[in-house]
Amino acid sequence: MSLTNTFILTRVTSMKSLKNHISLIIALFTVLASVQIYVAVDRTIAAYETRLKDDYSVIVVANKAFIPAEFKSMSSMVERSEPISTTQVLERLKGEMSQKNLDLLRLTLPKFYRIYLNRYPSPNEINKLQHLLQRNPAIERVEGFAQTHDTIYKLMLLFKNVVQVFSVAIAAVTSLLILKEMRLWQFQHAERMSIMALFGAPVWLRSAVLFRLAIVDAIIATIILCLAFFVIDYYGFLITQLKAIGISVELFNFVNDALRSLGIALGISIALTFMIVIFPNEED
Amino acid sequence: MDKVIIAQNLSLSYKEFETIISKATFSIDAGSFVFITGASGSGKSTLLKSFYGAIEPKQGQLSVGGVKMNRISTSKLNFLRRHIGIVFQDYKLIKEWTIEKNVMLPLIISGYTSDVSGTQVQKLLGHVKLIHQAGKYPLELSGGEQQRVAMARALAHNPILILADEPTGNLDEYSSSVIWNLLEGANSQLKTTVVVVTHHIPLGLNVPYKHFHIDAGNINEIA
Repeated sequence: MSLTNTFILTRVTSMKSLKNHISLIIALFTVLASVQIYVAVDRTIAAYETRLKDDYSVIVVANKAFIPAEFKSMSSMVERSEPISTTQVLERLKGEMSQKNLDLLRLTLPKFYRIYLNRYPSPNEINKLQHLLQRNPAIERVEGFAQTHDTIYKLMLLFKNVVQVFSVAIAAVTSLLILKEMRLWQFQHAERMSIMALFGAPVWLRSAVLFRLAIVDAIIATIILCLAFFVIDYYGFLITQLKAIGISVELFNFVNDALRSLGIALGISIALTFMIVIFPNEED
Repeated sequence: MDKVIIAQNLSLSYKEFETIISKATFSIDAGSFVFITGASGSGKSTLLKSFYGAIEPKQGQLSVGGVKMNRISTSKLNFLRRHIGIVFQDYKLIKEWTIEKNVMLPLIISGYTSDVSGTQVQKLLGHVKLIHQAGKYPLELSGGEQQRVAMARALAHNPILILADEPTGNLDEYSSSVIWNLLEGANSQLKTTVVVVTHHIPLGLNVPYKHFHIDAGNINEIA
């Protein structure tokens, strides 16, 4: 074989090899991206829950005055409480009622309190809290705004679950694609592996080339993911949109998330390589 | 004298009802040089394959280097193969590896350090007159040169047994003489047992040899 033919053969082999690498890198990147999107959505929802928790309060109507410690002792969820002033309401009625009636109304008017919670409650927790507070005979009514709250909360959970299902589905389908890709690698390296077997190489040594490719591609996929999130972070498309609705969240942590992604990529690629080495195709 | 290969009532076949070697009983002494001849399709290569475990005995017993080949485990087979050097008619070189690395293969598998392997490979490439080609890839060499590389690889780990399947078929005269010289040298100087499957026994060999001939599934020793 002439040198020119050898050169062409080497080029063709390199191109095929590059194509296979790209296929695996894209598949691994897709899995990592779907996991990271799930993590980012989870963080965003957690941040949104904190924001809702800060805005959310339960209104209590009582026929006697309470001090904050009394509400706190009723439930561990209660963070703080504050009385709602009735002055504004009475001011509005000034023109319509006599001063005497207004004074009488001021005396008979119940006490209103706003109770803030230490976390964003689930609809069940709101119900429980309402029952707990209403056990006190001095409390006449508790308004948890359960209907509005429930809708927002369920919408958030739905969004989170959809993303989760989507991530799992992507991971499953992509894993199958990776498995196919690795079978192709195994086929491409079958000759080399069978020659090594003729000289007594154990399975792990014969398959070392597959493990090496899998590890290298896992590292490359992780680096690409880090770069992608660096670009998103640098240009701030999502961060700006989230800030607009009052949420400040870290979409990608360049230490923890990068390490977790590398672990996932290595885990998937090594586990799938093990699978094809231990359970080769019957045609192989 | 120790026996490297012992076959008792050995039968070999690829399919259930097609026996290639039938109830053969023979042995090969350690340090001997043996030729196995026979017509095309007589079962020469199949017999050789059974010596390195590529085909299992259908019936009878076969022992190679003291290892029983009947239902041999993968780990035992790997262990045995690490002590055998094989030369194939189609060379079986790894085309993505350089000549140097191809020769180094048995040493890598046996876990030798790169220093030891490097020295041994340089010595062997010198013996097969390919030291100047060390950095090239198999497809850049001629058929004769590739077979010389395969020969160097078979000798790299000082095996107890060399199995060669038509090692000089289709080779030029020069490459054939290099191969035979190396096989003779390994046998006479290192006392390595050499088993060669061939159509024609070369003239002018400088070592004593035994000759087995396969005919209609039977193996006969020719005096």
